Amino acid sequence: MEPFAQAHLLWLIPVLPLLGAFINGAFGLKIHRRYGEKPIHVVAILMPALSFVIAAYYFLQMTALAPEQRQMLNHLYDWIRIGDFNLPLAFWFDPLSGAMTLMITFVGTLIHIYSVGYMHKDDSYWRFFAYMNLFMFSMLTLILGDNFVLMFVGWEGVGLCSYLLISFWYRDLKNAGAGMKAFITNRVGDFGFIIGMFALLWALGGGWNASGYALQRPENLTLVFREIKLIAPLLLNEQIFGIAAPTFICLLFFWGATAKSAQIPLYVWLPDAMAGPTPVSALIHAATMVTAGVYMVARLNFLFAMSPVVMTVVAGVGALTALFAATIGLFQTDIKKVLAYSTVSQLGYMFMGVGIGAYWVGIFHLLTHAFFKACLFLGSGSVIHAMHHAYHKSNNHHDDPQDMRNMGGLGQYMPTTKWTYLAACFAIAGFPFMSGFFSKDEILWLNFANANTLIPGQVFWAIGAGAALLTAFYMFRSYFMTFTGKFRGSADTAHHLHESPKSITSVLKTLGVLSIIGGVIGLPKLWHLPNFLEHWLEPVFETAQPYLHWHHYSHGLEWGLMALSVVIAFTGFAIAYTLYKDARSKVPAQFIQKYPALHRVVYNKYYVDEFYQATFIRGTMIFSNLCDWFDRTVVDGLVNLSAFVTHQFSKLNGWHDNKVIDGAVNGLASLTGYCGQALRKVQTGRIQTYLYVLLGGGLVLILIRFVIFS
Amino acid sequence: MTLTLGLPHFLVVAALLFSLGLVCILSRRNAIGLLLGIELMLNAANINLIAFARFVESDLSGHVFALFVMVLAAAEAAIAMAIVLAIFRSMKHIDVNLTVNLKE
Repeated sequence: MEPFAQAHLLWLIPVLPLLGAFINGAFGLKIHRRYGEKPIHVVAILMPALSFVIAAYYFLQMTALAPEQRQMLNHLYDWIRIGDFNLPLAFWFDPLSGAMTLMITFVGTLIHIYSVGYMHKDDSYWRFFAYMNLFMFSMLTLILGDNFVLMFVGWEGVGLCSYLLISFWYRDLKNAGAGMKAFITNRVGDFGFIIGMFALLWALGGGWNASGYALQRPENLTLVFREIKLIAPLLLNEQIFGIAAPTFICLLFFWGATAKSAQIPLYVWLPDAMAGPTPVSALIHAATMVTAGVYMVARLNFLFAMSPVVMTVVAGVGALTALFAATIGLFQTDIKKVLAYSTVSQLGYMFMGVGIGAYWVGIFHLLTHAFFKACLFLGSGSVIHAMHHAYHKSNNHHDDPQDMRNMGGLGQYMPTTKWTYLAACFAIAGFPFMSGFFSKDEILWLNFANANTLIPGQVFWAIGAGAALLTAFYMFRSYFMTFTGKFRGSADTAHHLHESPKSITSVLKTLGVLSIIGGVIGLPKLWHLPNFLEHWLEPVFETAQPYLHWHHYSHGLEWGLMALSVVIAFTGFAIAYTLYKDARSKVPAQFIQKYPALHRVVYNKYYVDEFYQATFIRGTMIFSNLCDWFDRTVVDGLVNLSAFVTHQFSKLNGWHDNKVIDGAVNGLASLTGYCGQALRKVQTGRIQTYLYVLLGGGLVLILIRFVIFS
Repeated sequence: MTLTLGLPHFLVVAALLFSLGLVCILSRRNAIGLLLGIELMLNAANINLIAFARFVESDLSGHVFALFVMVLAAAEAAIAMAIVLAIFRSMKHIDVNLTVNLKE
C-alpha cells in the first residue's frame, strides 16, 4: 500500500524490553527469592540486547537501500480514526531514528550489564531492572514512533521512569524529593509539548493566514511526521495569535524540550536527579532521555528551520546553558554534580547544533556525548561504589563517598576506572582526534559560519568556546581530584579500596574505547575525509535545506579556529593540572579566600534553586494557601450558609406541615367526629321519637304556610 | 232542618280518625298498638280518597286507589305481625322503646 520498505519486526524493538519489564515487575520478587539475582539480570540484559540485534539487522538492511529510499515502516493498526483524521500505531525507521535506536539499545545494554555489578545485593534488585527495561521501552517508543502521539507516549513514559528511578531508594526523603522535582519540572515542559502538538494540528487543518482569513483543510489533519513533512510549507503563510505559525508552534515544542533536555530555565531538576543510582544517571540523565529534546528538534527540522526567531532562541538558550552550567561545574565538589552540570552544558552544545540548522552535528554530538558521558558516569559510579564499600568496611559512616575532597590517588587502586575516565575526559574536553573534538569543533565552526540566526554566529561561537575552556578545566579538575595525588581518607579506608568487578570494568573499557574512536563517523570535511554521519542523515534533513544559509569563509579561518579549539582544550587541561595535580597547590584555596562572595554564589548554583523556591514555588504555595483560604472561608462559608438556610427553612416547613397542614387535616377529622358524636344523639332508634319529629316538622310546615301565604 | 251530608263531614271524620291513629302511634309502646294506629290512619286516608272520588271527581280512580290501599294494608299487617312475632321470640317482649339494638 505504501512505497516504503516494510519492517515487520520493528515493533519488537520497544516491546521486548516491555516484556522484560513485565516479567521482572510482576514476578521479580518471587524469582529473586527463589533463584537469586541471576535470572533477573539475564532477562533484563537479554531484552535490550535482542532489541539491539533487531535494530542492527534493519540498520544493515537500510544501508543496502538507495539514500532516498531509506525509510522503513511497521504499521501495526489504525489507532485513532476521527473523520478525516487518522492516527496509526506505527513504527518508523529512518536514518535518524535508526542511528538513535542503535545508540540507545547499545549503550542501554552496556549499562544493564554494568548494573549487575553496581546493584549487587540491593534489596530491590528486581525492581531496578524492571524500571530500567520499562525505560528502554519508553525511550524506544519515543524514538521509533512515527507520529507525535506515539512520541508523546514515550516522552511521558521516560519522564515516569526517570521519576521512578531517581527516587529508587525512596526511603531517603532527599531522593524522593529529587524524583518529585524532576517529575514536576518535566510536567511543566510536557504542557508546552502538548499545546504545541495541538497548535500544529490546528494550524495544519485550518488556521488563519497572514491577512486573517480563516482556512479549512480537513484533509491535512495529521500528526504523522512524514506527512507533516510534506505539507509543512503550508504553515509559512499562517499566523497564530499574530505570530507566525512555525515560530509559535516550534517555541512551544522547544519549551517541552527545555524541560526534558534540562535547558535554561527548566534545567534545575537534572543536578538533583543524581540522587538516583549511578547507572540511572548514566543511561537516563546523560546518554538517552535528556537527549530526547535534541532528537525532537532534529526530527522536526522542517519546522524549526522555517523560523529564524526560533533558531535564534534554540541556539541562544543552548549557548547560554552551555556557559552557565559550565561555570557552576567549576566549584562543585560532588563528583556526580560535576558530571550533571557538564551534561547540562553539553546538552546546550547539542541545542547550539540543532538550533542553527546543523542538525547532523547536533545528533553527532548527541552520539559521541552518549559514549563519553556514559563512560564518565559509570566511572564515577565505579569510584563511588569503591568508596562506599571501603567506608562501609572501615566503619566510616559520616564521610560522603561522592565528595571529591575525600578522594585522591584512587588511580593506583582502580587503574581501569582511571584510564577509562581519563579517556572520556579527553573526549569531552575536545582533545584532538578524540570523539568530542570532532563533534564539538564542528558545532563551534558551524555556529561561527551560520547565517540563519538573528544574532551573528560569532557570538555563539565565542560563548561556546568559553564554555569549552571551562569544560576542559572542570573535567580535568574532577579527574585530578579523584585519581591523582594521595588518598585523603584514612589508611584503614585506603586498605579496603579495590577495583570494581568485571561486569563494571568491561563496560568501562568498551565505552572508553568508543569515547576515543567514536568520532570517526563524522570526520571534518576540511580534512578531505568521508563524513559518514552527515551523509547518512542527509535524507532526513533535506527538507530543511532550502531555509538554511551559510557564510563561506576561507579554509584558513576554519583551520585557525580548529587550532584555537585545541589550544583552549590544552589550556583548560594545563590549568587543572597545575592547580589540582597533587592537591598541593594553594591557589584554589587562596582564590576562594580572595573572592568568597563569587565562590559562594557559584558554589550555590547562582541561587537559582533558591530563586525558584522564593518566586515560583513560594508563589504557588501562597496562591495555593490563598485558594485554600478561599475554599475554606468563602466557598465553605457559602455552602454552610446555604445549608444553614435550607436547614432553617426546612424547620419552618416542618413546623408548617406539622401544625398547619396536619392541623387542618386532623381538625377536619375531629370536627367530623364531634359532629358525628353530637348527631348520633338524635338517632335514638325509637320510632316514636322520629314520629314526634315528623309531626313537629309537619306542623311547622303548616305554620309556615299560614304565616307566609295567608 | 235537613242535614245534608257533604264533603266536609267526611273530611272531618277522616281527620278525627287520622288524629286518633296518630295519637295511638305516638302514645302506645306496644308494637301491636302501633299497627292498630297505622290501620286507623290508612283507613282515614281511604275515607278521604272515597270522599274526594264521590264529591270532586266522578270517575273510579279514587275507588280503585282505596281498594289498593286496603290490599296494601292487609299485606303490611301480615308482614308487620310476622316481624312482631319474630321480635317477641328473640326478646320476649314487643315494647318498641326497648328494641333499639340497631342503634349501636
